[in-house]
Amino acid sequence: MNKDSLIKYILGIADNSLILGQRLGELTGHGPTLEVDIAMTNISLDLFGQVRSYFQYAAQLSEDDKTEDDFAFLRTEREYVNVLLVEQPNRDFGYTIARQFLFDHFHFLLLNEMQNSKDETLVAIAKKSLKEVSYHRRFSSDWVKRLGDGTEESKRKIQLAINDLWRFTEELFQKTEADLEAIKAGIGVETDKIKGKYLENVSAVLEEATLQKPKLEFFQEGGKKGIHSEHMGYLLSDMQYMQRTYPGMKW
Amino acid sequence: MIEEKVHISEELEPILKQVSDPEIPVLSIIDLGVVRSAEFNNGIAEIKITPTYSGCPAMDVIGDDIKAALLEAGYKAKVDLILSPAWSTDWITEEGRQALEDYGIAAPLEASADKKALLGETQVVKCTNCKSKNTQMVSQFGSTACKALFKCNDCQEPFDYFKCLI
Repeated sequence: MNKDSLIKYILGIADNSLILGQRLGELTGHGPTLEVDIAMTNISLDLFGQVRSYFQYAAQLSEDDKTEDDFAFLRTEREYVNVLLVEQPNRDFGYTIARQFLFDHFHFLLLNEMQNSKDETLVAIAKKSLKEVSYHRRFSSDWVKRLGDGTEESKRKIQLAINDLWRFTEELFQKTEADLEAIKAGIGVETDKIKGKYLENVSAVLEEATLQKPKLEFFQEGGKKGIHSEHMGYLLSDMQYMQRTYPGMKW
Repeated sequence: MIEEKVHISEELEPILKQVSDPEIPVLSIIDLGVVRSAEFNNGIAEIKITPTYSGCPAMDVIGDDIKAALLEAGYKAKVDLILSPAWSTDWITEEGRQALEDYGIAAPLEASADKKALLGETQVVKCTNCKSKNTQMVSQFGSTACKALFKCNDCQEPFDYFKCLI
């Protein structure tokens, strides 16, 4: 496949981790307890580490002298191709956990499949990241169970969050043109193959958490095409502040 | 157990042994298992290191420390970060595990025991202070990406546990 499409495919995976990492980073010093605060920011750090590997690879593939920072900080909103799920704000702890839970289960299965890619660099990143994401998935699943099977209030809140965020889950499996090209080349992950397992795994945790799996007819999409929710602009203005204010600055 | 051959030149090994992880100063990068090769190529020492965790902020510092240590010994060095094969806690040497324990960080258990410990099923992580096995996990995520937080139910001391990655 051509380099431009491969870069697009890589960004489709990397942007999810970047934006979710940024959302979790917002909780630094604001977690409900010290341990959870540290856990959330640890997960954020893992995601940023993974993103750096993807962006460094994309920079290496790109024709012009792009660096990893260009991909992270100097794109406009429409150029980010993360799914809508990961840009949703940290409304309350239940909401943050539900978002993490719905993403982690997808992320784990995606990386698991990506280990069979024909692209050696993506295989290396997948193998490395998978070890980290196993911990993320365990953390968010444990919390879903704890909140669901917890007090009346915690159950109400986590159920509300799952209900609200469920409409973004279909987009995880959507395929862009770059995705289709990557799949054809044996590089990309055929998301149809992991969807069944995803629903199965998520349902199992929800059941154990005594929560209801939402029944929805309508799903929301757009992020993968660069059409984001209103929350994205605020997130980017925060994340890109330094590079926009002092262009080209270095630490 | 992931067996991986490591190529480290005899000349470079003692120098690299002096470089340590900035977060765990008692542990040399050789004993931590992050140095995957160290060889001369046209008079330049080429060092390949691999991160413990993708986001490990210590990697940049380790890279700089390696260059500084080699420069002091009179060598020009080039440091590359490699991802494959992915680092595993199995690569920590016996000496390294002892250094961790002495420093107050419980060394990683074997994979199956680790899973049980982190899921709170069994208490197998020994307290680094009083050696009691009556410990509990406080959080899967600790002070750095590679550690979990435990506490001892006997002596009440909190301690870090180096998470197992295989």
